[in-house]
Amino acid sequence: MSDLEPLNSINSGIIAEDKIRALFPILHQEVNGKPLVYFDNAATTQKPIQVIDALKKYYEVDNSNIHRGAHTLASRATDYFEQTRNLVKQFINAPSTEQVIFTKGTTDSINLVASTFGRKFIAEGDEIIISTLEHHSNIVPWQMLCEEKGAILKIIPIHDNGELDLEAYKNLLSNKTKLVAVVHASNALGTINPVKEMIEQAHEFGAKFLLDGAQSTAHLDVDVQDLDCDFLAFSAHKVYGPTGVGILYGKWELLESMPPYQGGGEMIKEVTFAKTTYNDIPYKFEAGTPNIADVIAFGEAIRFVNQLGKAAIRKHENQLLEHARERCATIKGFIPIGTARDKVSVLSFGINNIHPFDVGMMLDASGIAVRTGHHCTQPLMERFKIEGTVRASFAVYNTIEEVDRLVESLTKISKRKN
Amino acid sequence: MADINSIQEEIISEFEILGDDKESTIYYIMELGDQLQEFPEEEKKEDNIIKGCQSKVWLTTTLEDGKICFQADSNTDITKGLISLLIRVLSERKASEIINADLYFIDKIGMGNIIGSQRSNGLSAMIKQMKLYAIAYQAKTNA
Repeated sequence: MSDLEPLNSINSGIIAEDKIRALFPILHQEVNGKPLVYFDNAATTQKPIQVIDALKKYYEVDNSNIHRGAHTLASRATDYFEQTRNLVKQFINAPSTEQVIFTKGTTDSINLVASTFGRKFIAEGDEIIISTLEHHSNIVPWQMLCEEKGAILKIIPIHDNGELDLEAYKNLLSNKTKLVAVVHASNALGTINPVKEMIEQAHEFGAKFLLDGAQSTAHLDVDVQDLDCDFLAFSAHKVYGPTGVGILYGKWELLESMPPYQGGGEMIKEVTFAKTTYNDIPYKFEAGTPNIADVIAFGEAIRFVNQLGKAAIRKHENQLLEHARERCATIKGFIPIGTARDKVSVLSFGINNIHPFDVGMMLDASGIAVRTGHHCTQPLMERFKIEGTVRASFAVYNTIEEVDRLVESLTKISKRKN
Repeated sequence: MADINSIQEEIISEFEILGDDKESTIYYIMELGDQLQEFPEEEKKEDNIIKGCQSKVWLTTTLEDGKICFQADSNTDITKGLISLLIRVLSERKASEIINADLYFIDKIGMGNIIGSQRSNGLSAMIKQMKLYAIAYQAKTNA
């Protein structure tokens, strides 16, 4: 860990770009004959060498199934696995490690809540509120649940700048509202929602609040006790960790009262053919052998983020976003999509007369990786009457020079039709 | 009019000049699309959409002197460029020529690497649709 200290003096809040980039082997390659510029961080972040090494070391040295083994390797693997749970607990300031459940990803975490909390607590005529900004993974599980239960899905509209219409939200809340499931930061636009206030308002009506933290946890301090959310879902792979690991945080009494998600090993206390008693939380929700290696490696990703500090990360990413916004505004035909005042480092846009797919292909040809399309937010695209956008999303290892390369390429691309 | 293979050879040599520079290749493909004959707006309907393409591609045909003429358009410039290459090779041909055409130029110019696997599937869907039109015309003529 001491190697990481010079990366950032947290006190100064300045990110030492070169030292950070040196930790990400993938960044040092050419794509289509040009140095890679990776701006698809909202889809997945790259992994620092500590994470990659941890994966390798696990399989070379520690591989063993956890929790039940009577031997040294099993005990070591279990310790490392549970260490990550403790790191996640601190990362989101959960009151206890038991409230941190490992899943496959944000989607799995949300589906877990829909299948268990939903199965037990949602009834016919109840209302679930989501927003226009939601990713399909925070829409479809609720639609499925509503269909099954005869419950009603209500949608918070947005303003043209991509901010939620909070007046409309207040009007949607009622004693019928059982759950509000809203994204902390929009994957498609970057909008940061004022979730603390929204959670408080939901609680006034006795509704529970699920916070989709997929796009916020790498950028913002997410303190589940301060926010007072009832559930938090996020993915390791968007926080410099491996794919295939998600987190679900839940309030103790809720997790205790919810039925299990899947049946199998690990989640049981005792099984007879007559009856099974379930294990305690969090294991009740972790049936089967978990993704041990990736969970352990995720611990290294959290350490990496902690070393830098979210404040320094945010400051650096905001500088990139501001620079990109300013310079892109001068490009002929550049149409920003989502201009909320408070954003994570997502620049979503269109180029007049040019399809986002074409922009993406042309950028790729010049070594720049962005995402194009509807970003799994089709209802949001429909709201803006567009097929999709081009999305450049920045991470801590990106640089102003890379943003300049994006601007140069976009200027050239735009000239084709503007 | 040159035969199918001569046109394929023409295309191969054009792409050889571009070499490995992906950026120039992509821009060239789009320029080819820009030159495609204007496609009537009223033909941009569901029935004319080629299924299996990520982008929207509309394809229509007319028959002139026993030869099949293709007209196409797409909502993305790259796809429009791709179908313009197919039109250059296959349009104004007899049904039998289209059906029997071996479109080797696609592999030869390394199209898979240029456009990626998803778009390659779309390109295959376009070829399939063009050949299906030819098969239908042939069946009608033989009936």
